[in-house]
Amino acid sequence: MITVDIIRQIEQAQMRKDLPDFGPGDTVRVFFKVVEGGRERVQPFDGVVIRRQNAGIRETFTVRRISYGIGVERTFPVHSPRIEKIQVLRRGRVRRAKLFYLRGLSGKSARIPEKRR
Amino acid sequence: MKAILGKKIGMTQIFDERGRLIPVTVIEAGPCTVVDIKTLDKHGYTGAQLGYGFVKEHRLNKPQRGYFKSKGISPLRYLREFRVKPGEDVKVGDQITVDVFATGDYVDVTGTSLGKGYAGSIKRWGFGRGPSSHGSKYHRGPGSLASRDASRVFPGRKLPGHKGNERVTVKNLRVVNVDPEKNLLLVHGGVPGRRGSLVIIKEASR
Repeated sequence: MITVDIIRQIEQAQMRKDLPDFGPGDTVRVFFKVVEGGRERVQPFDGVVIRRQNAGIRETFTVRRISYGIGVERTFPVHSPRIEKIQVLRRGRVRRAKLFYLRGLSGKSARIPEKRR
Repeated sequence: MKAILGKKIGMTQIFDERGRLIPVTVIEAGPCTVVDIKTLDKHGYTGAQLGYGFVKEHRLNKPQRGYFKSKGISPLRYLREFRVKPGEDVKVGDQITVDVFATGDYVDVTGTSLGKGYAGSIKRWGFGRGPSSHGSKYHRGPGSLASRDASRVFPGRKLPGHKGNERVTVKNLRVVNVDPEKNLLLVHGGVPGRRGSLVIIKEASR
């Protein structure tokens, strides 16, 4: 077998196909499993997806939210088994793939228009 | 015997049972054939010569062809010898497969490191460099070679030279997964060598 195929197979087996389709600009709720003192619980994290990067098993996405007036960003591996599920709360209409410009904005200007269908 | 020959396939990442992302090297190992055994009576120690990898017969020279013929084994690309504990039952023609290792074992992996060619002392030995500018004329040199009193350069002085393409062993790598069906071994972390190069996997020495 060709060597690249072997690696692809291993990665394919780990990938998750149950997650919804989402991209930058979308507002999502990520249900992330955290282990706290030996106990596992699910911690939801809401926010706007500001980037998706890499591909295959290494793919990650970053969610930004304003929490008590402070911007918080968390990056998750897309295929992590620690993600219980992802809910897409709102589809946003954006014109670029990486929304880093949101970091410099606040309030009204930081809003993202909803995608029209 | 807990040793096998294999081919480095490459690196990737996998999630472990706790959901942590861990870096792994994929190695296609075995099946290896025992080509020859060394006995205490005849050779003074116990060992086994393992062969691995397909090779076309016409690629071998006559002595090599004759060697495999005398053993009654189809030609193999690599031959490497391993020590065997006295009393272990190993016979010529035995097959060694990846299932000698199990998930959670610790192994030492030997390979040939990436060749870097003729490298300067900064790359080869981690020396510091001189200033790039401000009138400096000393950039990437090796510095002073010895004191004036010594009037000679001591042997072993770290100087530019060939780096890499040498035998390197990485010890105590954890076996993350074993796939006997595809002859695959996943070990935690990196392994010396290019993709497709020969690696020797042994039980961890300590």
